[in-house]
Amino acid sequence: MQRLTVPALLACLFGVLLWAAGTGALNVYWQSVLMFMGVNIILATSLNIINGNMGEFSCGHAGFMAVGAYVSSLLSVALFTKSQVFGEPLIGPSAAVWLFPLVLIAGALAASLVGLLVAIPSFKTRGDYLAIITIAAAYIVKSTIENIGAIGGARGFMGMSAVMSAMNETINLPWIMIWVFIGTVFSVWLIRRFIYSTFGKGVDAICQDEIAAEIMSVNTDRVKLVAFMVSCGLAGLAGGLFAHILGYVNPGTFTILKSTEIMVMVYLGGMGSLSGSVLAAILMTLLIEYLRDAFGFLNTFLHYISVIPDSYEVTQVWKWVVIPLLLVLLMQFRPEGIMGRRELADVFPGLRKFYKFKG
Amino acid sequence: MLQSFLQNILNALQWGSFYSLIALGYCLVYGVLLLINFAHGDIFMVGAYIAFYCCMFLLGKFGVFAGLPGWMVLAVAVPLTMVLTAVVGVTLERIAYRPLRRKGVNRLYVVITALMCGLILENGNLALLGASRKSFPTLVPVKVFEVFGVTVTNIKLMVIGVAILSFLLLHFIVTRTKIGMAMRAISYDRFAVPLMGIPADTVIVFTFVLGSGFAGLAGLFFAMTYPVIDPYMGALIGWKAFIAAVVGGIGSIAGAFAGGFLLGFVEIMVVAFFPSTYRDLIAFSILLLILSIRPTGLFGVARRTKI
Repeated sequence: MQRLTVPALLACLFGVLLWAAGTGALNVYWQSVLMFMGVNIILATSLNIINGNMGEFSCGHAGFMAVGAYVSSLLSVALFTKSQVFGEPLIGPSAAVWLFPLVLIAGALAASLVGLLVAIPSFKTRGDYLAIITIAAAYIVKSTIENIGAIGGARGFMGMSAVMSAMNETINLPWIMIWVFIGTVFSVWLIRRFIYSTFGKGVDAICQDEIAAEIMSVNTDRVKLVAFMVSCGLAGLAGGLFAHILGYVNPGTFTILKSTEIMVMVYLGGMGSLSGSVLAAILMTLLIEYLRDAFGFLNTFLHYISVIPDSYEVTQVWKWVVIPLLLVLLMQFRPEGIMGRRELADVFPGLRKFYKFKG
Repeated sequence: MLQSFLQNILNALQWGSFYSLIALGYCLVYGVLLLINFAHGDIFMVGAYIAFYCCMFLLGKFGVFAGLPGWMVLAVAVPLTMVLTAVVGVTLERIAYRPLRRKGVNRLYVVITALMCGLILENGNLALLGASRKSFPTLVPVKVFEVFGVTVTNIKLMVIGVAILSFLLLHFIVTRTKIGMAMRAISYDRFAVPLMGIPADTVIVFTFVLGSGFAGLAGLFFAMTYPVIDPYMGALIGWKAFIAAVVGGIGSIAGAFAGGFLLGFVEIMVVAFFPSTYRDLIAFSILLLILSIRPTGLFGVARRTKI
């Protein structure tokens, strides 16, 4: 019985969320904050495979997210709704409920294929150069999307909210919340199993010393390939969910700033610590939401006490000064983040008896 | 046909000059510290802004010396911009990179810090000065010459000349002077250098002074050529200058210089034959290709890892 604690807790949480979202006990704003939390957890944990466990430095995660977002949005709009871009729906809105996970999976697969762009050069290059490659890959993705005029180009692409409402008409449940929850649980489970598997130990071995790992019969190229593809695929899944939460995607969302946000989560949580990433993702989401209000409040306050000239407004741009500054300070004073390389079970050993999978 | 080709070559030389000037800075810092200074593109942007304020300070409505001729302002603005930008670069090194180097942490942390410092410079600038683009004052009136049907402006010639002069100067400093020898010594073996009585930190600061100074110079001339400056101008150009440095083989000054011109040439040719939105796409794709095939670039030498 004890070993089923975690699934039972998750099921309870799932039930509570469903009830709260369905009856309106949670207002729409908090629902969306919770959903972004889920998406950020997926992003942070998946980037943690590369930046934490493998010790590489990928800063183009948002690019793979963009691939997933666009592929799944285009598919779901083409299949389920009538749109200007694709015309009549290929299957029809009633099938949306059943086929939606397939759309998400398609986005994830597409993203992991684009992950090959980074994975193949990573066989030869390491460190700083790989960082450049990831940035270049993210840029190539973004630039490609902007150059395809048929799907809106730089203006963005919309129509996913119609899919969501079609799903609600079939069976009235908070569908997007359900899928974000399932996606989050699935990706954390997958990453945990991957990292603790014999194959996944190779990822840690590469982090310690690549040449030694190669000598000790770790097939480094294959491990890198799989790690990058898993990581990018999950980023694509997160992108698909993100697009369907917002109902609108725009290539301008997936810049280096988005990648930075994800990186901050990874390094804040601790490199190579899965539970740290989850924690940091939750904290960062709340912090970003809080900053949004705080700058508005600060603006009013500073104007009220007349510290700054009337013409100057404290805007949301400061968010992008605060977040990088946070990371710089983190690197200076506590580079290992909140958890270091430890998991929750290392901090609280008593938790171990509640796990089914000891790791 | 030949005329348009010559015109394109001239434009490519000008465009490549900017890349070369910025790539030289990347290359110097990388050569000495083995650190990719990701904030370099934003230092270039800061240089353009500093140049703007210098020029506004010297002429215009806040003019201290009203009625200074334009070339005179330029002659004052060049050293002023270079010095002030160098101060920014050294400050960055002091507050962000040096403590990390002292602790001897993983090099990854320094790279992350550099990237974040670049973002702070960009967005801090945007937050403080607002999103309005500033138009750079005209210092030197543009003169257009027609040579064999190819239009040449005096600014174009000036930019190309400045890039070549900078390269020669840097080359001279690195190969013929004592401090240049110290720089090469640090890049060869960082741990032996302090034992020989060479003040390593001074040499590193000097490297940052040189690199940032030339980024400031590039910023000034860039703003003179394309007289609109905005906070995000440094990001993309910085990336591409880095691509140029990589293509040339990072760590070799001649390589960075050649790489800059090569990238400028490629980009101008792409714009001549494709829609201009493809320019960045193709530049980044070239980078990916080169790094996949030759990770050390065209002129670079592979470093062997000893086990």
